[in-house]
Amino acid sequence: MIRLDALTKVFATGHGDVASVSGVTLEVPAGAMCVLLGPSGCGKTTTLRMINRLVTPTSGKVHIGGRDTDTVDPVELRRTIGYVIQQIGLFPNMTVAQNIGVVPKLLNWDAARTRKRAEELLSMLAMEPAEFMDRYPGELSGGQAQRVGVARALAADPPVLLMDEPFGAVDPVNREVIQDEFLRMQKSLRKTVLFVSHDIDEAVKMADCIAIFRAGRLEQFAPPDELLAKPANEFVASFVGRDRTLKRLRRIAVSEVVRPGGANSGPTVRASDDLRRVATLFLEHGVDTLTCVDEQGTPVGTVTRDAVAARLGER
Amino acid sequence: MRVFATSMVPQRSLLPYAVLGSIALVMVWALIASGVWSDMLKYRKDIAYLTKQHLVLVSVSGSLAIASGVLIGIWLSRPWMARYAEAAIQVVNMGTAIPTLGKLALIMTVLGIGARSAIVGLWIATLLPIIRNTYVGLRSVSPTLIDAAQGMGMSPGVMLRRVELPNALFVIFAGVRTAMAINVGTAPIAFLIGGGGLGELIFTGIDLQEFGMMLAGAIPTALLAVAVDFLFGQAQYWLVPRGVNPLRNS
Repeated sequence: MIRLDALTKVFATGHGDVASVSGVTLEVPAGAMCVLLGPSGCGKTTTLRMINRLVTPTSGKVHIGGRDTDTVDPVELRRTIGYVIQQIGLFPNMTVAQNIGVVPKLLNWDAARTRKRAEELLSMLAMEPAEFMDRYPGELSGGQAQRVGVARALAADPPVLLMDEPFGAVDPVNREVIQDEFLRMQKSLRKTVLFVSHDIDEAVKMADCIAIFRAGRLEQFAPPDELLAKPANEFVASFVGRDRTLKRLRRIAVSEVVRPGGANSGPTVRASDDLRRVATLFLEHGVDTLTCVDEQGTPVGTVTRDAVAARLGER
Repeated sequence: MRVFATSMVPQRSLLPYAVLGSIALVMVWALIASGVWSDMLKYRKDIAYLTKQHLVLVSVSGSLAIASGVLIGIWLSRPWMARYAEAAIQVVNMGTAIPTLGKLALIMTVLGIGARSAIVGLWIATLLPIIRNTYVGLRSVSPTLIDAAQGMGMSPGVMLRRVELPNALFVIFAGVRTAMAINVGTAPIAFLIGGGGLGELIFTGIDLQEFGMMLAGAIPTALLAVAVDFLFGQAQYWLVPRGVNPLRNS
């Protein structure tokens, strides 16, 4: 669990002091992924960097797992926090295996264990270890480098992961793929993740909760569906966009709106699909009832327009 | 800021030496055919003695310069030196601009005549390009790498050893190679301030118009220059990690 308590950073500049982050308080439960979202210069990256003390807070507290990070040596602290940055920052003088092994080596793991861990992580990220372990970063594509960046952050199995626009440098197609891979990994790893983004679609796709920043202040902190359904103010509403109802569809599963019985012929959906699929079928086929089927294609219930409308309206 | 980069162009490492070698063979043949070779052989004992002296000059001043130059370069590149470093590098640049003979003369006025003055003079002449390239190499390591290294929990010492130095090593080596070329090229002049070495044969040969004596000094000097450049070229090739070595990125 990560708790930020009235966290504030004031930078001294040529024209007086400027508060980059002012009085941010929020709590991310263990195992959740929280996206810090906002336009550039809103203080989200500074907030992230105060958590691993790359930036020293002017005032306020950061607690990780109940421990006040003021009381820990910053260098020791950072070894227990995974860190991924947009520019990736793989060390070009080290091989992929050595890059992944940086933190394990700092923690004095033996060589065999470190290497085994690197192999394990590469396989987890769909990269063939035998092919990639001894390559240099210069010999990787952008997407591969980004995966290695994630593997490196996960190497010593830290409970907390900080990611600063981790998929920002990857082309849109690959970004989707890496996001999906990361979500799949996160499902089993259950890290506490703080993730900086300026992309509302990425945030809605990835986040368990979203923190929207403007000019160093936290404007709203809520799960994606709540944020989209009930923006706290004008700024949040305009930031999430006029199509916020459409965005909500992605994060609502068919299982939330399915009613038992009433199976008929016509288009079918699975319980694990999201409402984007349902809306598409409604529009394409001009119907207002769909059959929900299980893995074997056996009908298990129906999805109606009324049920969808009720779900979208209830918040 | 100018960085010595003569050896930055990727090259097949051995070819230039093969070309040089064949040119040398042709010259040896010409020397033997013209009879100058037998003149030179008269100075065999002098060559052996003075080469040894010459090697001492080069190796003592060179290794002192590499050790101190790299250390000073590292020291200037540290964050707490940022306020003074640029000024210091300007001084280094001005120092480099003084002709080597002028430096030797200045040092002679302070330390007098002898091998010690020669070594100090060569040391200073060699030192400056090494300081400059070490500093520039370390300062040009990408801030992204520094941020990543710091964020992963490297202490400043570990970061210097495992990230900054390896990534700056190619530029540092380029500086060392240039510096050693200056060192070997300047060493014959050490004779003029009583430092001994192969310069003794060269300058005396010129004064006496003894072609054989001059070549007896000049040829070993040239061979030494080629050998030293080869040595540091190989060191640069093999010691700089493959991922950051333009010579080895095939």
